[in-house]
Amino acid sequence: QALHRCFQRSALLIVARRPMSSSSVSPPPLHRRILLFLTQQFYDVEMLLSWSSQLRRKKIQKKNVYYGYSRRHYGQNIAAAYYILSMKGGCRFVGQSEWFRADQRGKFNWDFLDHKDTPLEEINMNHTVINYGGLENLEGQQSLRTLSLRGCPEVDDWFLARLHMFQDSLEELDISYCPCITTGGLAALRNLKGLRRLDVSSLPGISSPGLIIILLEEMLPQCKITATGYDFSLRQGGGEGSEEQLQGQR
Amino acid sequence: MSTWRRLHVKVRTARALLTSRRETRPHTWTLIQSLSSGSALRSDFFKDLEAQLAAMRQKAADALPGSSWTDIVIVGGGVVGWSIAYWLKQKERVRGEVKVVVVEKDTTYSQASTVLSAGGIRQQFSLPENIHLSLASADFMRNINDHLGVLNEDPINLQFNQSGYLFLASEQVAHIMEENYSIQRSAGAKVRLLSPTQLKDKFPWINTDGVVLSSYGLENEGWFDPWTLLNAFRRKAVSMGVFQCCGEVTDFKHSTNVVTTADGESLPLRRIQSVKVQMPNSLEYQPVECAIVVNAAGAFSGKLADMVGIGFGPKNTIAGIPLPVEPRKRYVYVVHCPDGPGLDTPFLIDYSGVYFRREGLGGNFITGTSPEESEEPNTRNLDVDHQFFEDKVWPSLAHRVPAFEKLKVTSAWAGYYDYNTFDQNGIIGIHPLINNMYFATGFSGHGLQHSPAVGRAVAELILDGNFKTLDLSGLGFRRILTQEPMMERNIV
Repeated sequence: QALHRCFQRSALLIVARRPMSSSSVSPPPLHRRILLFLTQQFYDVEMLLSWSSQLRRKKIQKKNVYYGYSRRHYGQNIAAAYYILSMKGGCRFVGQSEWFRADQRGKFNWDFLDHKDTPLEEINMNHTVINYGGLENLEGQQSLRTLSLRGCPEVDDWFLARLHMFQDSLEELDISYCPCITTGGLAALRNLKGLRRLDVSSLPGISSPGLIIILLEEMLPQCKITATGYDFSLRQGGGEGSEEQLQGQR
Repeated sequence: MSTWRRLHVKVRTARALLTSRRETRPHTWTLIQSLSSGSALRSDFFKDLEAQLAAMRQKAADALPGSSWTDIVIVGGGVVGWSIAYWLKQKERVRGEVKVVVVEKDTTYSQASTVLSAGGIRQQFSLPENIHLSLASADFMRNINDHLGVLNEDPINLQFNQSGYLFLASEQVAHIMEENYSIQRSAGAKVRLLSPTQLKDKFPWINTDGVVLSSYGLENEGWFDPWTLLNAFRRKAVSMGVFQCCGEVTDFKHSTNVVTTADGESLPLRRIQSVKVQMPNSLEYQPVECAIVVNAAGAFSGKLADMVGIGFGPKNTIAGIPLPVEPRKRYVYVVHCPDGPGLDTPFLIDYSGVYFRREGLGGNFITGTSPEESEEPNTRNLDVDHQFFEDKVWPSLAHRVPAFEKLKVTSAWAGYYDYNTFDQNGIIGIHPLINNMYFATGFSGHGLQHSPAVGRAVAELILDGNFKTLDLSGLGFRRILTQEPMMERNIV
């Protein structure tokens, strides 16, 4: 059994390396390298690591579960607000000026239960683990105007594609600092024709940001796009002129 | 057994000798003689035992991994084949429960349909089976790192482009599009109908002449890199213990039983015993004994079915119906057009049959169309007919998008479709006359996008005996025998 496993493992190492020979970016920190070494030496460590990553996934899934019970008993608005507050986010109802927010320890004011028939207007999910599945809880919010998703590690291209559910109402979207977003996902913003303001600062997943921002501006002509934190090495030449250059390249 | 009996007889004679000795005590020398004869007898027994043990060891070695004996042989290492291999391993209860071998004739995949396809995924079908297959596959791709991620390896980036499909309908086919739309909505696909005015508003670069209605996918549609998906399946399957074998299946060894039906018709019932795998560029071959064969050979699965004798029986019987899958050649052209549509370009399919999609961000597009039935190109090689672009593709393309009047063809390639001549849909299931060959073929162009869900369905069929998650029994071989096609009501 052990021998068999050993063969399997070596086959994995040989075969798996070939197709995905990644260009080594930068050496990972010391503790990661030690862990990697231990994983390659001992199956137990490998098993533990795979368990822990599974556990992490399960946890995120559990947090983003569909709030069916709340929705059935309290309606979609309360369910959505409850979901947002339990994720330590913040929200504001239509016609209200005060925000409901969760504090550092996840505690929040239960007064939001009074707004059963009022839809949400603004949602702030900055630095939460909201993912594609969790978005289902916000379905039906037809008056949502502002959605802020700054620094959400689980927001990916599929999430952006699902935002079409707010296509008639959404005006402001902040997806800056989301590590999983790539160029393929930004194309999905085409459905949000009502967008007035879009923040795409510091997305590490997109290549050639200068070109993509121009394309985004072309796709969403009424939208003001904020994009900071990129190194526009082509733009440094001379402002307007190099932008022309980019356009020409396309 | 005979050894034992012989031994027993010998022992009895020896005992008789010994007892006789007791009576004649003074003749001690005979005792010695008899004892010596006994030792010779014992060495004979050990010699026999050794031979028996050697035979047993041989039998054990045959059953252990490393021998040519396997449980499941998957013929065809394309994306469907590897997906089936992955799901078989995923569903096994004990590690190493099933031994799976994937046989692929060309590991460079230079002519494989998988990597030469346009790489799109859509939900806009008319058969509920196909819509569900697409939805399940999109779900798989969304969570691809949970399914196919290997510990301590780079996460998989499919380079999925979240752009919808846009189907355009003329007046004759608009009612079909409406029907399809309601089927798609009820199956759970996010699709939207657009009038020509809305279409013009959304995509100002389209010429809406002749368009009466269009349907546009909002979610779970787009295109991705087929090579990445294939490699991800392969990497994960190999890490889970699937064996990869490079070679071409040239023959099957099978046994035949003749059974008689209630009508008095006698049918040959076959069972495959072993698969003959020919090594590439050599005459050497290896027979692989197996319990189950999966035919995932794509465009060449018809040839594979011929080898077991499907379709060679007398006409008008089950044995006389061949597998209706044959290779068809399709051209894909890469064109450069800097003034073409931008980031929001959909995967557009015109009612004339011409399609195009964006390729990268540099103003490149890929385009093509299916030729008429009477003008099917020769499938012997993968040469590209550039005149076909001039005659058939460009006029419709430039009519639909005037910006494409100025374009340059930068490159082109051709690939094979595993074309189902019967009803252009996949064949998933077992052949009634060959009780251990499963089919997963004939997808006629949507094999890549359905591969994750099809792999799961075939693994369920093999390991559980029936479909568990998606009921695909409608896509079985039965419809071919009863001549009831499951036609996709396409508008093209």
